[in-house]
Amino acid sequence: MFLARLANPSRFLAFTARVLPWLAVATMVVMALGLYQSWTAPDDYQQGATVKIMFIHVPNAWLSMFVWMVMSVSALGTLVWKHPLADVAAKAAAPIGASFTFLALATGSLWGRPMWGTYWQWDARLTSVLILFLMYLSLIALWRAVEDPSRAARAAAVLTLVGAINIPIIKFSVEWWNTLHQGESVFRMGGPTLDSAFLIPLFTMAIAFTLLFITLHLAAMRNEILRRRVRTLQMMQADGRAA
Amino acid sequence: MSALGPYAAFIGTSYALVALVVTGLIAAIGLDYRRQQAELRRLEASGVTRRSGKTSEPS
Repeated sequence: MFLARLANPSRFLAFTARVLPWLAVATMVVMALGLYQSWTAPDDYQQGATVKIMFIHVPNAWLSMFVWMVMSVSALGTLVWKHPLADVAAKAAAPIGASFTFLALATGSLWGRPMWGTYWQWDARLTSVLILFLMYLSLIALWRAVEDPSRAARAAAVLTLVGAINIPIIKFSVEWWNTLHQGESVFRMGGPTLDSAFLIPLFTMAIAFTLLFITLHLAAMRNEILRRRVRTLQMMQADGRAA
Repeated sequence: MSALGPYAAFIGTSYALVALVVTGLIAAIGLDYRRQQAELRRLEASGVTRRSGKTSEPS
């Protein structure tokens, strides 16, 4: 019912005006706490201080996949339920998801060089995440190439759902193939293999980055609604001049 | 940085890169909001309004 009420763009704008300041404050507080916990966490007995890269690499990697799942649900909203905000949500999420994926790749490389001896390896996990990044860029290019948002929406939704196949491949790549990347150490059968000294900062940072995504996504959705209003008014103005 | 050991540069670069990209995202979204609001105000000031007659400002 709550989502149905927000389907009206004007109501959604009023909702974002109310919640965005609170979300921004919550993000800053949790991010500050997470950074404090990360920088005061002990060194790992094998990795030394480079374990600190984990606290930013892992949340960005999780979010790179989570954002695509959000876009996939939005794609269903566009194709099946024809929800008026579904395409707005997907389009607004793509640049944010691309940024998180870029950061996951970049921080992974910077972590890999001292630990593996190389910045990059064409193994299953790294390559599948690179493909995810390229898919984000393709979607952004598609939305920019087609001027009419409603025309682009359908093509983007189909591409998003096809791309969702890559998410389980990324997730299980470390189990299905031999990779340089370490296996699953948090969400696994038998519980996490990480000590709580690392697990607590990691979860705090994961919550902080998730809050950051929600805040930026709502703000970007608000912008997209305003952009579509501007476009409508510009077309009305052009029609008025032509008449 | 010296407390971070021999790999301080990798750790510092990682955190700096995240800070840079996140700041860039926040700035881009904030500037886009200002741009759209300004364009809406300009259009409404020139007499173009939506059929509902509502203005760009959320209530």
